[in-house]
Amino acid sequence: MYAIRQWSVRHARGLNAFYRAFESLLVALHPLWRLIGYERLDRPVAAVERTVKGLLFDCRMCGQCILSSTGMSCPMNCPKNLRNGPCGGVRANGNCEVRPEMRCVWVAAVAGSERIPGGREALAAVQVAVDRRLQGRSSWLRVVRQRLGGAA
Amino acid sequence: MIFEDEPVPGYPLPILPGHTSPGRFERVLRIGQFAVTSELAPPDSADPEDVYRRARIFDGYVDAINATDGSGANCHMSSLAVCALLTRVGYAPVMQISCRDRNRIAIQGDILGGAAMGVCNLLCLTGDGVQAGDHPQALPVFDLDSLTLLQTARTLRDEHHFLSGRKISYAPRVLLGAAENPFAQPLEWRAQRLAKKVAAGAQFIQTQFCYDVPLLRAFLDQAEGLGLLGKVFILVGVGPLRSAKAAEWIRTHVPGVHIPDALIKRLAGASDAAREGRNVCIELIQEIRAIKGVHGVHLMAYRQEESVAEIIERSGVLGGRVPWYPGRDPQTNTNRMAS
Repeated sequence: MYAIRQWSVRHARGLNAFYRAFESLLVALHPLWRLIGYERLDRPVAAVERTVKGLLFDCRMCGQCILSSTGMSCPMNCPKNLRNGPCGGVRANGNCEVRPEMRCVWVAAVAGSERIPGGREALAAVQVAVDRRLQGRSSWLRVVRQRLGGAA
Repeated sequence: MIFEDEPVPGYPLPILPGHTSPGRFERVLRIGQFAVTSELAPPDSADPEDVYRRARIFDGYVDAINATDGSGANCHMSSLAVCALLTRVGYAPVMQISCRDRNRIAIQGDILGGAAMGVCNLLCLTGDGVQAGDHPQALPVFDLDSLTLLQTARTLRDEHHFLSGRKISYAPRVLLGAAENPFAQPLEWRAQRLAKKVAAGAQFIQTQFCYDVPLLRAFLDQAEGLGLLGKVFILVGVGPLRSAKAAEWIRTHVPGVHIPDALIKRLAGASDAAREGRNVCIELIQEIRAIKGVHGVHLMAYRQEESVAEIIERSGVLGGRVPWYPGRDPQTNTNRMAS
């Protein structure tokens, strides 16, 4: 929902801190996930992720979440799916070229990143092209396996 | 100018140390000449002569010609085809690639194909949304964005493989460019975006229309603060406004174009608005030229292409230099071909 999405950007700092703790918990529970099996878990965890992040961020389930690098403003809500910054068409009032009633997700991202420690630096990192195969899959489980050095 | 090691003017040049393309545009930039580029509006036609007619208008005044890729999300002849026609007769095109209509498979193929036909310069763009053009029903692709497109082109050129990792036997020798809009929100982050583009491989930048020099200066100051000046050639976008009404229409309908009220008033008060628009453009070019970190102008004169010669001539930025065009030096060409 649009209003909640804007709230999330305003509370980027708290949400980011919460997510960091949550991610550590997920990583700590790795033995449990491994026991159940990551593949078997993917659908139910993705369903939870879709509900929670859908509510907070209008998450599009790209499966390779970069919210912590974009000030808690989901870049997949950009009609051009831009993950590396705003296009040149942003309106003078900071709204989207394609959807004039919507605040540019990158204007929001810049504002949100100011609230996150290290947010500016994270925003400056060049994001690689999206892997479209991950659409609909759990980003949380992917992060756990990445942090443990396994294959994504 | 003619470069000493030029085999036949208009043909690929030897690639000098530190250069990435065999193109004359890169040569002009790297020897520190103030460069001029313009934009060719691709025809709604399958007649090659329509392309050549539009290119000839710029003869003697531009160092490279941008071939737009469905700009404004309107359908026209493809940029790849326009470039193929232009390189056949020796022009130096800048092939614009937009992410709106093609995925990474098609785009990588086009980069190889363009380079094979003599394209030495690429401009990597995100592209306008389909809602802006004449086919709003179309599927917007946006598989890549301008940054990942830059990375992709650089991978092909420098690492000699596709994004998939599969090897290519002969890499495209190209100069990589990108666009930037110093006049759109979020203003405070625009130079940072330029930094990302440079990090992703951009060697030159062509900006959106500049009608507000203080904003440009602020952007360049920020860019300098980030250590970008000297790392990327910056060509500032300029263009003549035909009338106050046209200016008003552009700033409300064309995404990302910022035109100050004072300028619109000036046009409204002029007896010959089109002439005043050209005067404004010339003044802007002269003012921009003096700014540190600017290497040229990109003159976009949509539907006023015939004014490019006058504007460049009167601005004096070429300083007597005549950029090469087919047929400029018939005698030299014949001699060199014979030798």
